[in-house]
Amino acid sequence: MNILVAISKTPDTTAKITLNNGGNSIDESGMSFIMNPYDEWYALVKAIELQEQLGGKVTIVHVGLSDSDTIIRKGLAIGAQDAIRVNANPESSNFVAHQISAIVESGSYDLVLLGKESIDYNGSTVGAMVAELLDFPYVSYANHLEMEGDNIVLNREIEGGIEKCKSSLPLVVSAAKGLAEQRIPNMRGIMMAKSKPLQVVDPVSVSYGAQTVRYELPTEKSGVHLIPADDMKELVRLLHEESKVI
Amino acid sequence: MILVFAEHQNGIFKKNTLEAVTYARKAAELMNLSCGALVLGNANSPESLGIYGAHKVWQFDDIHFSNFDSRMFAKAIADIAIQQQCSVLVFPDSTTGKSLLGRVAIRLKADSVSGTHTLPDCSNGFEVKKKIYSGKAIVTLSLNTDIKVLSLTGNSIPSEKTGSEVAVTPVTCELPEAQVAVVETNRVVGTVPLPEAEKVVSAGRGMKGPENWEMIEKLAQTLGATTACSRPVADSGWRPHHEHVGQTGIAIRPNLYIAIGISGAIQHLAGVNNSKTIVVINKDPEAPFFKAADYGVVGDLFEVVPRLQEALEDYYSS
Ligand SMILES: Cc1cc2nc3c(=O)[nH]c(=O)nc-3n(C[C@H](O)[C@H](O)[C@H](O)COP(=O)(O)OP(=O)(O)OC[C@H]3O[C@@H](n4cnc5c(N)ncnc54)[C@H](O)[C@@H]3O)c2cc1C
Repeated sequence: MNILVAISKTPDTTAKITLNNGGNSIDESGMSFIMNPYDEWYALVKAIELQEQLGGKVTIVHVGLSDSDTIIRKGLAIGAQDAIRVNANPESSNFVAHQISAIVESGSYDLVLLGKESIDYNGSTVGAMVAELLDFPYVSYANHLEMEGDNIVLNREIEGGIEKCKSSLPLVVSAAKGLAEQRIPNMRGIMMAKSKPLQVVDPVSVSYGAQTVRYELPTEKSGVHLIPADDMKELVRLLHEESKVI
Repeated sequence: MILVFAEHQNGIFKKNTLEAVTYARKAAELMNLSCGALVLGNANSPESLGIYGAHKVWQFDDIHFSNFDSRMFAKAIADIAIQQQCSVLVFPDSTTGKSLLGRVAIRLKADSVSGTHTLPDCSNGFEVKKKIYSGKAIVTLSLNTDIKVLSLTGNSIPSEKTGSEVAVTPVTCELPEAQVAVVETNRVVGTVPLPEAEKVVSAGRGMKGPENWEMIEKLAQTLGATTACSRPVADSGWRPHHEHVGQTGIAIRPNLYIAIGISGAIQHLAGVNNSKTIVVINKDPEAPFFKAADYGVVGDLFEVVPRLQEALEDYYSS
């Protein structure tokens, strides 16, 4: 089974966001970046588990510039065999999806795995776009996946429940919590990652995609209104009269 | 024409669908267009979508839609959008909406945004806003293709009953064979699922142990709220995983979020700080959650929660 895992780079959740030039861009100096947790903890680890069971190869694909190489190496240290970096800024989900599908077309993959969303834009659209570009089936928010003969059986998270479904391969799957258990790279993995192949390729051109106009910061909360611990009647009154939520 | 995908679950239109219909109507008014709601499969009273703002209701009633296959749904939506000459497509930002938006955008070669919370600003093209970095920033995006595809974040624009029922027009197109077969569906019955809940009562490690959750459930029941928890609580098996909210759990945006014995770590806040009103009950006045709260109670939850319960019972009985 040859598996392609798409990983993205996101700011650490604890990052403080500041803007440049009144909102033209996000100030990235001093921000630390990580591999998107859904890609790392669930999509990548599930791919490695399948590879360990069934053989084949796990390849990482990432759309980004050379400053992403550390997170790609981390993915290799966790256990992927090789990696491809499409050398371009990930301008929009549409742009990224076109790059990933081009990589799938240039190789031979049975399964494309990615996280259910990135924790920065929470868009959750790249997987569906890749599937459409390739005319592959797509199952989103999978928290369980196993092979059943030539088919793959998955549990998909839906509002307030689970949908069990079945698909043939090749397939695109977005990974939710529960699909696998996070793995921490060990020393041997980190050493081996240094010599694993990381191929850099040029992007394909894409003629459309949403464009960023500007950024702004949200207005801050006006400050907490403290209510004495022995006056819950007052809290109930405020919830009813002031915020009108009950 | 603006097309809104009227998602339904076993025939019932959920809150986020009704919000999307009202949103599409408002966007249509801004753009001098009309708004049509598309129903795939067999739903209860599609004509009622007119009440929430649809000028037209199209229904493609075919048994195949009882099986969710994203490719088949996406092809039907895109084909009908073209038949009806739609220039904007709106989806609810649900798990289903999100798995369709990307596919439909590619089919129509359209610029897309998932999870906007604003109506389009058409003074300079077509711009919408979206919250990013767990609500720590807002980005304005411009969509420039002839057709635009977007999804509306739940609980950001309330549904409004301003219209009246409209007659349902049947529509159809050729359907591809399904690639994915749904084998079975299991839903938690009785409670409102967290992503759709308007009120949430959530508790953390301050509860000391699972045996103390009765008062949380009681409080939630009185309020008509859904229960949630912090990650360590789910990880230690005190509560089921589907209650876990935050960066690595479910992101929610209810009208009311009551956090009890939760410190308010940034990863927790990432999933809840878009809630409209936040109440924090914590014995530590320095708990970071108070910075994100609207109302705060500094005190021992084992004393405060029963008092809140009593006050709420008084309120609801009078
Ligand atoms: C990558 C990553 C992702 C994460 N994702 C998530 C996530 O999705 N969701 C999440 O919740 N966490 C997440 N976490 C964990 C997060 O950092 C915190 O550790 C966690 O939220 C703390 O849970 P808590 O508030 O229940 O517990 P604690 O931090 O232990 O807080 C307990 C609180 O209860 C109060 N308390 C104790 N006793 C009482 C009492 N008798 N009365 C009143 N108050 C009392 C204390 O003052 C304290 O503030 C993540 C962490 C990492 C590193």
